[in-house]
Amino acid sequence: MSATRGSTGAAGGNGTGMPDRPALVLRGLEKSFGDVLAVDGVDLEVRQGEFITLLGPSGSGKTTTLRMIAGFTRQTAGTIEIDGVDMSHVPPHRRDVGMIFQNYALFPHMTAAENIAFPLQMRKAGGTEIKRRVAEALALVKLEGFGGRYPRQLSGGQQQRIALARAVVFHPRLLLMDEPLGALDKKLREALQLEVMHISRQLGATVVYVTHDQEEALVMSDRIAIFSRGRIEQLGRGDDLYERPVSLFVADFIGESNILRGRFERDGDGGWLARDDVRWRVGAVQVERAALAGGSQAALVVRPERLRIVGLSDPAAAAPRVNVVDAAVRDALYLGSIRKYELTLPDGQAVAVRRQVGGGEREWQPGDQVALIWAVDDAVLVSAPGG
Amino acid sequence: MTDSWRQPRRLLLLGLGALTVFFLLAPTLVVVPMSFTSSNSLTFPPEGFSIRWYEKMVTDRQWSTGFGNSAQVAFLTAALATVLGTLAALGTVRGQFPGKGAINALILSPLIVPVIIIAIGMFSIFVRWKIAGSLVGLVLAHTALAIPFVVVNVATSLRTIDRNLELAAQSLGAGPIRTFRRITLPLILPGVLAGGLFAFITSWDEVVVSIFLTSARFRTLPVEMWEQVRQVVDPTVAAVATTLLVVTTSVLLLALVVRRQAPAR
Repeated sequence: MSATRGSTGAAGGNGTGMPDRPALVLRGLEKSFGDVLAVDGVDLEVRQGEFITLLGPSGSGKTTTLRMIAGFTRQTAGTIEIDGVDMSHVPPHRRDVGMIFQNYALFPHMTAAENIAFPLQMRKAGGTEIKRRVAEALALVKLEGFGGRYPRQLSGGQQQRIALARAVVFHPRLLLMDEPLGALDKKLREALQLEVMHISRQLGATVVYVTHDQEEALVMSDRIAIFSRGRIEQLGRGDDLYERPVSLFVADFIGESNILRGRFERDGDGGWLARDDVRWRVGAVQVERAALAGGSQAALVVRPERLRIVGLSDPAAAAPRVNVVDAAVRDALYLGSIRKYELTLPDGQAVAVRRQVGGGEREWQPGDQVALIWAVDDAVLVSAPGG
Repeated sequence: MTDSWRQPRRLLLLGLGALTVFFLLAPTLVVVPMSFTSSNSLTFPPEGFSIRWYEKMVTDRQWSTGFGNSAQVAFLTAALATVLGTLAALGTVRGQFPGKGAINALILSPLIVPVIIIAIGMFSIFVRWKIAGSLVGLVLAHTALAIPFVVVNVATSLRTIDRNLELAAQSLGAGPIRTFRRITLPLILPGVLAGGLFAFITSWDEVVVSIFLTSARFRTLPVEMWEQVRQVVDPTVAAVATTLLVVTTSVLLLALVVRRQAPAR
């Protein structure tokens, strides 16, 4: 998916870069504020035309990383390479990077058109060329005819579209966005997610996007870098992160997860996760990926839609390569396209199950004693120290 | 019920307020009617009505030179203090360096240190530099007194503008100087102008330092008044005071209007 996007970058700002040269390379990037290490050794390579999202909770270092790429903050260690050029010590105005802020940061004393013309004026473009390109940029964000308005005469969504036009009009080598849709309401945010995605794709722009909204990250990105405590916890496509989280943190952060903790035991063909008087089979692939020592504290991550609810004596529970745990239905919620069940395990842990409505499955009621089953390969094994 | 309780309280507050305003303004405003007296002495209440003291003020060489000198000093002070004060505000608000607090306190110290101490200090040094009693000396002295007003006004404006605007300008290709000229300065302009007007007033009606740093050949208006009041008590002083008051009040009002301008347009 991302590869095809990279090669459509003809119209974008990648003209100076070789097609196979990475648009951005971060090596061992670090930033400390006094004793606090805000960014702790980030390595990242972004391809030309790729849309990459830095996702993480606040304080995880994603915004600081973005600000270092923009040049607003000087890194304390490591290097930043943009389009093959070392930019580690280049001031922001010479990095040729477009930036979009959460609060739009449009110049209030200039009209929309003047705002968009600003980067072109800084590059000493001619008057007629500026006029033409401003008109093109306004058309790109579908705000023709709004050029004469001042920012305060525009709605939040319109302001952010002008900010987008201003950031792309000079064909920057990189487009950086710092939670650009965070200040908008849900409906507008969803519409703009698609619009930003389409425009950046149309331009073939390389985008580094920062958000704490995992759904936004999944919708827009080619790849996502999950940040935690100043480091990239996992880097991959959305489905990688969802299907194969490498840690409890990632499993918890992306989507909804059921986490079954226990002690990991190895055997010839994979292993087991043991807890109290039950134990669950762990597939060989999962065991190999998790690379855990036998006897360590671990957890199985099972997504709510991968769990099935069956009767206590259902033969499906006895099938090979299926794990089982007893549970009691606490709530059964009808949500239109899906049915959501909240269940309780014998030790009191809550577990969520989501099933498609209309699959011909039996409908369960609160109070039902049931068995929860899942295929061995549908659970991911991760380390869970302290559990 | 609440209304009947509120009504007398409101009146009381209004009365007290009016009294306070009267108490504050009366000593100043008393010179206005005095300046229109037709008698030869400075008395209150004035007798008759005439504008002959204004005529005298305009025709008398000493007064008109004083006006000219004051205006010259005030304009130069305003210009110099505005430039230096704006730069100082930029440094103390945006910059990050050790000793920033101390430097800020130093810049603002003329607001706190008794003027007489500043006057004596400047006098002793300016005499040695041979600029006491000259235009240059007085402008420099008044600039030091006026800079805090510019710094305070500009710093307030600077703190209200979004830092991201400057970062955005930089990412769009503007270096520090172009960012200042195209983005920061237009946005803080109301604060800069207000600061400049305050600087003008600071110089325009300054007496203490001026007494030390003026000479018989070079006198500003307030110093001229001071000298005249001590010798001849002639109602021209009241006419001059009224004029001074009108100028100061107008500039102050202008400063308030300017400061209220929204940064946009």
